[in-house]
Amino acid sequence: MTGFFDLALANLGSPLILSFILGVAASLARSNLSIPEATAKAMSIYLLFAIGFKGGVSVADHGLDPALVKTLVGGLALSAGLPFVAFVLLKVMTGLDRTNAAAVAGHYGSISIVTFVAGTSVAEANGYAHEGFMVAVAAAMEAPAILSALWLIGRSGGAAGGGRMDAGLWREILLNGSIVLLVGAFLIGLVTGKDGLAEIESFIVTPFKGVLCIFLLDMGLVAGRGIRENRAVIRPGLIAFGIVMPIVGAAIGVAAAALIGLSTGGTLLLMVLAASASYIAVPAAMRVAVPEADPGIYLTLSLGITFPFNLTLGLPLYLAVARYVTGA
Amino acid sequence: MPQMHEAKRVSFIIETPMQSRLTAAIEEAGVTGYSIFPVLGGSGASGRWSREGQVGRAGGMVQVVCIIRPDRLEALLEHTFRLVERHIGVVSVTDCQVLRAERF
Repeated sequence: MTGFFDLALANLGSPLILSFILGVAASLARSNLSIPEATAKAMSIYLLFAIGFKGGVSVADHGLDPALVKTLVGGLALSAGLPFVAFVLLKVMTGLDRTNAAAVAGHYGSISIVTFVAGTSVAEANGYAHEGFMVAVAAAMEAPAILSALWLIGRSGGAAGGGRMDAGLWREILLNGSIVLLVGAFLIGLVTGKDGLAEIESFIVTPFKGVLCIFLLDMGLVAGRGIRENRAVIRPGLIAFGIVMPIVGAAIGVAAAALIGLSTGGTLLLMVLAASASYIAVPAAMRVAVPEADPGIYLTLSLGITFPFNLTLGLPLYLAVARYVTGA
Repeated sequence: MPQMHEAKRVSFIIETPMQSRLTAAIEEAGVTGYSIFPVLGGSGASGRWSREGQVGRAGGMVQVVCIIRPDRLEALLEHTFRLVERHIGVVSVTDCQVLRAERF
Protein backbone atom coordinates (compact mmCIF):
# COMPACT_ATOMS: atom_id res chain seq x y z
CA MET A 1 0.00 0.00 0.00
CA THR A 2 2.94 2.34 0.65
CA GLY A 3 3.75 2.02 -3.03
CA PHE A 4 0.24 3.05 -3.95
CA PHE A 5 0.23 6.10 -1.67
CA ASP A 6 3.60 7.27 -2.98
CA LEU A 7 2.45 6.82 -6.56
CA ALA A 8 -0.88 8.52 -5.84
CA LEU A 9 0.83 11.53 -4.24
CA ALA A 10 3.28 11.83 -7.12
CA ASN A 11 0.43 11.50 -9.62
CA LEU A 12 -1.79 14.07 -7.89
CA GLY A 13 1.09 16.55 -7.81
CA SER A 14 1.92 16.19 -11.51
CA PRO A 15 1.20 19.04 -13.96
CA LEU A 16 -1.13 16.73 -15.91
CA ILE A 17 -3.48 16.01 -13.00
CA LEU A 18 -3.27 19.53 -11.58
CA SER A 19 -4.29 20.90 -15.00
CA PHE A 20 -7.31 18.58 -15.00
CA ILE A 21 -8.23 19.60 -11.45
CA LEU A 22 -7.94 23.27 -12.44
CA GLY A 23 -10.41 22.64 -15.28
CA VAL A 24 -12.92 20.89 -13.00
CA ALA A 25 -12.59 23.58 -10.31
CA ALA A 26 -12.95 26.43 -12.82
CA SER A 27 -16.05 24.83 -14.31
CA LEU A 28 -17.66 24.10 -10.94
CA ALA A 29 -16.95 27.70 -9.87
CA ARG A 30 -18.69 28.88 -13.06
CA SER A 31 -15.58 30.62 -14.41
CA ASN A 32 -15.79 31.74 -18.04
CA LEU A 33 -12.55 29.86 -18.82
CA SER A 34 -13.04 27.81 -21.98
CA ILE A 35 -11.05 26.10 -24.71
CA PRO A 36 -12.47 26.73 -28.21
CA GLU A 37 -13.81 23.66 -29.98
CA ALA A 38 -11.29 23.95 -32.83
CA THR A 39 -8.37 24.11 -30.36
CA ALA A 40 -9.60 21.03 -28.49
CA LYS A 41 -9.98 19.20 -31.80
CA ALA A 42 -6.48 20.20 -32.93
CA MET A 43 -4.97 19.02 -29.65
CA SER A 44 -6.75 15.67 -29.84
CA ILE A 45 -5.43 15.19 -33.40
CA TYR A 46 -1.91 16.00 -32.21
CA LEU A 47 -2.12 13.60 -29.24
CA LEU A 48 -3.56 10.74 -31.29
CA PHE A 49 -0.95 11.18 -34.01
CA ALA A 50 1.90 11.36 -31.50
CA ILE A 51 0.83 8.33 -29.47
CA GLY A 52 0.11 6.27 -32.59
CA PHE A 53 3.41 7.22 -34.24
CA LYS A 54 5.47 6.44 -31.14
CA GLY A 55 3.72 3.06 -30.80
CA GLY A 56 4.57 2.21 -34.41
CA VAL A 57 8.20 3.22 -33.93
CA SER A 58 8.42 1.04 -30.82
CA VAL A 59 7.11 -2.01 -32.72
CA ALA A 60 9.52 -1.27 -35.62
CA ASP A 61 12.36 -1.03 -33.13
CA HIS A 62 11.62 -4.22 -31.20
CA GLY A 63 10.16 -6.31 -34.00
CA LEU A 64 6.77 -7.99 -34.10
CA ASP A 65 6.02 -9.56 -30.74
CA PRO A 66 4.12 -12.88 -30.64
CA ALA A 67 2.12 -11.38 -27.78
CA LEU A 68 0.58 -8.93 -30.27
CA VAL A 69 -2.09 -11.35 -31.53
CA LYS A 70 -2.84 -12.65 -28.03
CA THR A 71 -3.21 -9.10 -26.70
CA LEU A 72 -5.42 -8.07 -29.62
CA VAL A 73 -7.69 -11.06 -29.03
CA GLY A 74 -7.67 -10.35 -25.30
CA GLY A 75 -8.55 -6.69 -25.93
CA LEU A 76 -11.43 -7.61 -28.26
CA ALA A 77 -12.76 -10.11 -25.69
CA LEU A 78 -12.52 -7.50 -22.91
CA SER A 79 -14.33 -4.90 -24.99
CA ALA A 80 -17.13 -7.32 -25.92
CA GLY A 81 -17.39 -8.91 -22.46
CA LEU A 82 -17.07 -5.97 -20.05
CA PRO A 83 -20.48 -4.47 -21.00
CA PHE A 84 -22.14 -7.61 -19.62
CA VAL A 85 -20.27 -7.23 -16.32
CA ALA A 86 -21.17 -3.53 -16.23
CA PHE A 87 -24.80 -4.32 -17.06
CA VAL A 88 -25.11 -6.76 -14.13
CA LEU A 89 -23.45 -4.24 -11.78
CA LEU A 90 -25.77 -1.48 -12.98
CA LYS A 91 -28.84 -3.63 -12.35
CA VAL A 92 -27.57 -4.45 -8.85
CA MET A 93 -26.31 -0.99 -7.88
CA THR A 94 -28.68 1.41 -9.64
CA GLY A 95 -32.31 1.71 -10.60
CA LEU A 96 -31.58 2.30 -14.28
CA ASP A 97 -34.00 0.83 -16.80
CA ARG A 98 -32.69 -1.74 -19.26
CA THR A 99 -32.13 0.69 -22.15
CA ASN A 100 -30.11 3.18 -20.11
CA ALA A 101 -28.24 0.40 -18.29
CA ALA A 102 -27.24 -1.21 -21.59
CA ALA A 103 -26.21 2.14 -23.09
CA VAL A 104 -24.05 2.93 -20.05
CA ALA A 105 -22.60 -0.61 -20.08
CA GLY A 106 -21.47 -0.13 -23.69
CA HIS A 107 -19.36 2.84 -22.64
CA TYR A 108 -17.50 0.72 -20.08
CA GLY A 109 -16.49 -1.95 -22.59
CA SER A 110 -15.02 0.64 -24.93
CA ILE A 111 -12.05 2.82 -24.02
CA SER A 112 -10.95 6.35 -23.23
CA ILE A 113 -7.94 7.19 -25.37
CA VAL A 114 -7.03 10.17 -23.15
CA THR A 115 -6.85 7.91 -20.08
CA PHE A 116 -4.66 5.60 -22.18
CA VAL A 117 -2.39 8.52 -23.15
CA ALA A 118 -2.18 9.59 -19.49
CA GLY A 119 -1.38 5.95 -18.60
CA THR A 120 1.55 5.91 -21.02
CA SER A 121 2.83 9.13 -19.41
CA VAL A 122 2.58 7.59 -15.92
CA ALA A 123 4.33 4.41 -17.11
CA GLU A 124 7.14 6.39 -18.72
CA ALA A 125 7.48 8.75 -15.73
CA ASN A 126 8.00 5.70 -13.50
CA GLY A 127 10.50 4.10 -15.86
CA TYR A 128 8.30 1.33 -17.28
CA ALA A 129 8.42 0.75 -21.03
CA HIS A 130 5.38 -0.83 -22.64
CA GLU A 131 4.69 -2.87 -25.73
CA GLY A 132 4.27 -0.46 -28.66
CA PHE A 133 1.39 -2.47 -30.08
CA MET A 134 -0.83 -1.44 -27.15
CA VAL A 135 -1.90 1.49 -29.36
CA ALA A 136 -3.35 -0.98 -31.87
CA VAL A 137 -5.08 -2.85 -29.02
CA ALA A 138 -6.62 0.45 -27.88
CA ALA A 139 -7.99 1.08 -31.38
CA ALA A 140 -9.38 -2.48 -31.59
CA MET A 141 -11.23 -2.09 -28.29
CA GLU A 142 -13.33 0.91 -29.40
CA ALA A 143 -16.10 -0.90 -31.26
CA PRO A 144 -17.02 -4.40 -29.94
CA ALA A 145 -18.62 -2.95 -26.80
CA ILE A 146 -21.16 -1.10 -28.95
CA LEU A 147 -22.38 -4.41 -30.40
CA SER A 148 -22.70 -5.91 -26.91
CA ALA A 149 -24.73 -2.90 -25.73
CA LEU A 150 -27.05 -3.08 -28.74
CA TRP A 151 -27.50 -6.81 -28.21
CA LEU A 152 -28.46 -6.19 -24.58
CA ILE A 153 -31.02 -3.60 -25.67
CA GLY A 154 -32.40 -5.69 -28.53
CA ARG A 155 -32.73 -8.79 -26.37
CA SER A 156 -35.27 -7.09 -24.14
CA GLY A 157 -37.10 -5.38 -26.97
CA GLY A 158 -36.29 -2.14 -25.16
CA ALA A 159 -35.90 1.31 -26.69
CA ALA A 160 -38.84 1.10 -29.08
CA GLY A 161 -37.65 -1.79 -31.18
CA GLY A 162 -34.08 -1.98 -30.03
CA GLY A 163 -30.96 -0.22 -31.20
CA ARG A 164 -30.71 0.62 -34.88
CA MET A 165 -27.49 -0.47 -36.54
CA ASP A 166 -27.10 0.31 -40.23
CA ALA A 167 -24.22 0.27 -42.69
CA GLY A 168 -23.66 3.98 -42.22
CA LEU A 169 -23.28 3.59 -38.49
CA TRP A 170 -20.90 0.66 -38.96
CA ARG A 171 -18.72 2.81 -41.19
CA GLU A 172 -18.80 5.70 -38.73
CA ILE A 173 -17.76 3.44 -35.85
CA LEU A 174 -15.02 1.49 -37.62
CA LEU A 175 -13.67 4.45 -39.58
CA ASN A 176 -14.19 7.19 -37.04
CA GLY A 177 -11.49 9.85 -37.14
CA SER A 178 -9.83 8.77 -33.88
CA ILE A 179 -9.36 5.17 -35.00
CA VAL A 180 -8.16 6.13 -38.49
CA LEU A 181 -5.66 8.62 -37.09
CA LEU A 182 -4.40 6.32 -34.34
CA VAL A 183 -3.96 3.31 -36.62
CA GLY A 184 -2.67 5.43 -39.51
CA ALA A 185 -0.02 7.14 -37.35
CA PHE A 186 0.89 3.73 -35.91
CA LEU A 187 1.49 2.40 -39.43
CA ILE A 188 3.53 5.48 -40.40
CA GLY A 189 5.67 4.97 -37.30
CA LEU A 190 5.99 1.28 -38.10
CA VAL A 191 7.13 1.99 -41.66
CA THR A 192 9.48 4.89 -40.93
CA GLY A 193 10.88 3.60 -37.63
CA LYS A 194 13.50 5.46 -35.62
CA ASP A 195 14.69 7.48 -38.62
CA GLY A 196 11.18 8.83 -39.07
CA LEU A 197 10.93 9.62 -35.39
CA ALA A 198 14.24 11.51 -35.48
CA GLU A 199 12.83 13.76 -38.22
CA ILE A 200 9.76 14.87 -36.26
CA GLU A 201 10.85 14.24 -32.68
CA SER A 202 10.96 17.92 -31.78
CA PHE A 203 7.28 18.15 -32.69
CA ILE A 204 5.75 14.93 -31.37
CA VAL A 205 7.92 14.11 -28.34
CA THR A 206 9.08 17.30 -26.60
CA PRO A 207 5.79 19.28 -26.58
CA PHE A 208 3.69 16.18 -25.86
CA LYS A 209 3.22 16.62 -22.11
CA GLY A 210 2.56 20.35 -22.40
CA VAL A 211 -0.18 19.77 -24.97
CA LEU A 212 -1.58 16.97 -22.82
CA CYS A 213 -1.77 19.41 -19.88
CA ILE A 214 -3.89 21.87 -21.86
CA PHE A 215 -6.01 19.03 -23.25
CA LEU A 216 -6.63 17.72 -19.73
CA LEU A 217 -7.52 21.26 -18.63
CA ASP A 218 -10.19 21.18 -21.33
CA MET A 219 -11.33 17.72 -20.26
CA GLY A 220 -11.61 19.05 -16.71
CA LEU A 221 -13.79 21.93 -17.92
CA VAL A 222 -16.05 19.54 -19.84
CA ALA A 223 -16.20 17.08 -16.92
CA GLY A 224 -16.98 19.86 -14.42
CA ARG A 225 -19.71 21.24 -16.67
CA GLY A 226 -21.21 17.76 -17.02
CA ILE A 227 -21.25 17.27 -13.24
CA ARG A 228 -22.76 20.71 -12.65
CA GLU A 229 -25.50 20.36 -15.23
CA ASN A 230 -26.47 16.74 -14.58
CA ARG A 231 -26.41 16.64 -10.78
CA ALA A 232 -30.09 15.70 -10.76
CA VAL A 233 -29.66 12.47 -12.77
CA ILE A 234 -26.44 11.27 -11.13
CA ARG A 235 -27.60 9.50 -8.00
CA PRO A 236 -25.38 7.87 -5.32
CA GLY A 237 -25.76 4.39 -6.85
CA LEU A 238 -24.53 5.68 -10.21
CA ILE A 239 -21.58 7.48 -8.62
CA ALA A 240 -20.64 4.26 -6.81
CA PHE A 241 -20.90 2.36 -10.11
CA GLY A 242 -18.66 4.94 -11.81
CA ILE A 243 -15.94 4.14 -9.29
CA VAL A 244 -16.49 0.40 -8.73
CA MET A 245 -16.75 -0.54 -12.42
CA PRO A 246 -13.27 0.73 -13.43
CA ILE A 247 -11.76 -1.20 -10.53
CA VAL A 248 -13.60 -4.36 -11.61
CA GLY A 249 -12.55 -3.76 -15.23
CA ALA A 250 -8.93 -3.24 -14.19
CA ALA A 251 -9.03 -6.46 -12.14
CA ILE A 252 -10.22 -8.39 -15.21
CA GLY A 253 -7.63 -6.54 -17.30
CA VAL A 254 -4.75 -7.50 -15.00
CA ALA A 255 -5.84 -11.15 -15.14
CA ALA A 256 -5.81 -11.01 -18.95
CA ALA A 257 -2.41 -9.29 -18.95
CA ALA A 258 -0.99 -11.98 -16.64
CA LEU A 259 -2.31 -14.73 -18.93
CA ILE A 260 -0.74 -13.03 -21.96
CA GLY A 261 2.51 -12.29 -20.13
CA LEU A 262 2.71 -8.54 -20.72
CA SER A 263 5.42 -6.30 -19.25
CA THR A 264 4.69 -4.03 -16.28
CA GLY A 265 3.97 -1.09 -18.59
CA GLY A 266 1.83 -3.26 -20.89
CA THR A 267 -0.08 -4.67 -17.90
CA LEU A 268 -0.77 -1.15 -16.66
CA LEU A 269 -2.07 -0.10 -20.08
CA LEU A 270 -4.33 -3.13 -20.53
CA MET A 271 -5.74 -2.42 -17.04
CA VAL A 272 -6.27 1.22 -18.05
CA LEU A 273 -8.04 0.18 -21.26
CA ALA A 274 -10.29 -2.23 -19.36
CA ALA A 275 -10.98 0.34 -16.63
CA SER A 276 -11.72 3.35 -18.82
CA ALA A 277 -15.02 4.35 -20.37
CA SER A 278 -15.63 5.88 -23.78
CA TYR A 279 -16.88 9.44 -24.18
CA ILE A 280 -16.32 9.90 -27.92
CA ALA A 281 -17.09 6.85 -30.09
CA VAL A 282 -19.77 5.14 -28.00
CA PRO A 283 -21.84 8.25 -27.14
CA ALA A 284 -21.99 9.18 -30.84
CA ALA A 285 -23.08 5.63 -31.75
CA MET A 286 -25.67 5.58 -28.95
CA ARG A 287 -27.16 8.90 -30.03
CA VAL A 288 -27.77 7.43 -33.48
CA ALA A 289 -28.76 3.86 -32.53
CA VAL A 290 -30.48 4.35 -29.17
CA PRO A 291 -31.71 7.94 -28.90
CA GLU A 292 -34.03 6.94 -26.03
CA ALA A 293 -31.02 6.46 -23.74
CA ASP A 294 -30.25 9.57 -21.70
CA PRO A 295 -26.89 11.12 -22.71
CA GLY A 296 -26.87 13.06 -19.44
CA ILE A 297 -26.40 9.75 -17.62
CA TYR A 298 -23.77 8.03 -19.74
CA LEU A 299 -21.71 11.10 -20.63
CA THR A 300 -21.65 12.36 -17.05
CA LEU A 301 -20.77 8.90 -15.71
CA SER A 302 -17.93 8.26 -18.13
CA LEU A 303 -16.56 11.81 -18.29
CA GLY A 304 -17.57 13.22 -14.91
CA ILE A 305 -17.05 10.25 -12.58
CA THR A 306 -14.95 7.46 -14.11
CA PHE A 307 -12.49 9.60 -16.09
CA PRO A 308 -11.51 11.76 -13.06
CA PHE A 309 -11.30 8.67 -10.84
CA ASN A 310 -9.03 6.84 -13.28
CA LEU A 311 -6.87 9.89 -13.81
CA THR A 312 -6.33 10.76 -10.14
CA LEU A 313 -6.50 7.52 -8.12
CA GLY A 314 -6.97 4.77 -10.70
CA LEU A 315 -3.66 5.17 -12.54
CA PRO A 316 -1.47 4.91 -9.41
CA LEU A 317 -3.60 2.03 -8.12
CA TYR A 318 -3.32 0.13 -11.40
CA LEU A 319 0.43 0.78 -11.57
CA ALA A 320 0.91 -0.50 -8.01
CA VAL A 321 -1.04 -3.67 -8.88
CA ALA A 322 0.81 -4.09 -12.20
CA ARG A 323 4.15 -3.80 -10.39
CA TYR A 324 3.04 -6.36 -7.80
CA VAL A 325 1.72 -8.85 -10.37
CA THR A 326 4.75 -8.62 -12.68
CA GLY A 327 7.19 -8.59 -9.75
CA ALA A 328 8.72 -5.25 -10.84
CA MET B 1 -39.18 46.38 -56.23
CA PRO B 2 -38.33 42.96 -57.68
CA GLN B 3 -40.96 40.23 -57.78
CA MET B 4 -41.08 38.21 -54.53
CA HIS B 5 -42.26 34.59 -54.30
CA GLU B 6 -43.76 32.65 -51.39
CA ALA B 7 -41.54 29.95 -49.88
CA LYS B 8 -41.16 27.85 -46.72
CA ARG B 9 -38.11 27.99 -44.48
CA VAL B 10 -37.66 24.65 -42.70
CA SER B 11 -35.21 24.56 -39.81
CA PHE B 12 -33.94 21.41 -38.09
CA ILE B 13 -31.90 21.72 -34.91
CA ILE B 14 -30.62 18.20 -34.41
CA GLU B 15 -27.86 16.22 -32.71
CA THR B 16 -24.56 16.41 -34.59
CA PRO B 17 -24.25 12.61 -35.10
CA MET B 18 -27.53 12.75 -37.05
CA GLN B 19 -26.38 15.47 -39.46
CA SER B 20 -25.36 13.29 -42.41
CA ARG B 21 -28.50 11.15 -42.07
CA LEU B 22 -30.72 14.22 -42.06
CA THR B 23 -29.10 15.78 -45.13
CA ALA B 24 -29.42 12.41 -46.92
CA ALA B 25 -33.14 12.33 -46.08
CA ILE B 26 -33.53 15.92 -47.30
CA GLU B 27 -31.91 15.01 -50.61
CA GLU B 28 -34.11 11.89 -50.88
CA ALA B 29 -37.10 14.20 -50.64
CA GLY B 30 -35.84 15.98 -53.75
CA VAL B 31 -34.51 19.04 -51.93
CA THR B 32 -30.97 19.77 -53.05
CA GLY B 33 -30.40 23.11 -51.37
CA TYR B 34 -29.73 23.43 -47.65
CA SER B 35 -27.27 25.10 -45.28
CA ILE B 36 -25.69 23.71 -42.12
CA PHE B 37 -24.94 26.01 -39.18
CA PRO B 38 -23.05 25.20 -35.99
CA VAL B 39 -25.05 25.68 -32.81
CA LEU B 40 -22.87 27.35 -30.17
CA GLY B 41 -24.91 26.06 -27.29
CA GLY B 42 -28.32 26.10 -25.79
CA SER B 43 -30.83 24.56 -23.47
CA GLY B 44 -33.93 22.49 -24.01
CA ALA B 45 -36.13 19.75 -22.63
CA SER B 46 -33.17 17.35 -22.72
CA GLY B 47 -30.75 19.67 -20.92
CA ARG B 48 -27.97 22.02 -21.95
CA TRP B 49 -25.35 21.64 -24.63
CA SER B 50 -22.33 23.61 -25.77
CA ARG B 51 -19.74 23.41 -28.52
CA GLU B 52 -16.94 24.70 -26.30
CA GLY B 53 -14.27 22.13 -25.70
CA GLN B 54 -16.23 19.30 -27.27
CA VAL B 55 -13.84 16.51 -28.14
CA GLY B 56 -16.59 14.24 -29.38
CA ARG B 57 -19.55 15.09 -31.57
CA ALA B 58 -22.13 13.35 -29.43
CA GLY B 59 -22.92 16.28 -27.18
CA GLY B 60 -23.28 18.92 -29.88
CA MET B 61 -26.10 20.17 -32.07
CA VAL B 62 -26.27 21.56 -35.60
CA GLN B 63 -28.91 23.51 -37.46
CA VAL B 64 -29.87 22.48 -40.98
CA VAL B 65 -31.95 25.03 -42.87
CA CYS B 66 -33.61 24.65 -46.24
CA ILE B 67 -35.85 27.03 -48.15
CA ILE B 68 -38.29 25.32 -50.46
CA ARG B 69 -41.35 25.89 -52.62
CA PRO B 70 -44.52 25.42 -50.52
CA ASP B 71 -45.60 22.39 -52.59
CA ARG B 72 -42.47 20.49 -51.54
CA LEU B 73 -43.08 20.87 -47.81
CA GLU B 74 -45.19 17.74 -47.27
CA ALA B 75 -42.70 15.43 -48.99
CA LEU B 76 -39.81 16.95 -47.06
CA LEU B 77 -41.51 16.57 -43.69
CA GLU B 78 -42.55 12.99 -44.47
CA HIS B 79 -38.98 11.99 -45.36
CA THR B 80 -37.37 13.71 -42.43
CA PHE B 81 -39.89 13.08 -39.67
CA ARG B 82 -39.22 9.33 -39.66
CA LEU B 83 -35.61 10.18 -38.92
CA VAL B 84 -35.95 12.89 -36.34
CA GLU B 85 -38.97 11.75 -34.35
CA ARG B 86 -36.92 9.69 -31.84
CA HIS B 87 -34.18 12.28 -31.44
CA ILE B 88 -33.50 15.41 -29.44
CA GLY B 89 -34.13 18.52 -31.52
CA VAL B 90 -36.56 21.04 -32.91
CA VAL B 91 -38.20 21.19 -36.35
CA SER B 92 -39.84 24.46 -37.33
CA VAL B 93 -41.45 25.79 -40.49
CA THR B 94 -41.87 29.49 -41.23
CA ASP B 95 -43.19 31.44 -44.18
CA CYS B 96 -40.70 33.49 -46.11
CA GLN B 97 -40.23 35.14 -49.47
CA VAL B 98 -37.49 34.63 -52.04
CA LEU B 99 -36.39 36.61 -55.03
CA ARG B 100 -35.63 33.87 -57.55
CA ALA B 101 -38.31 31.18 -57.37
CA GLU B 102 -36.70 28.99 -60.02
CA ARG B 103 -33.86 28.22 -57.59
CA PHE B 104 -36.14 26.55 -55.06
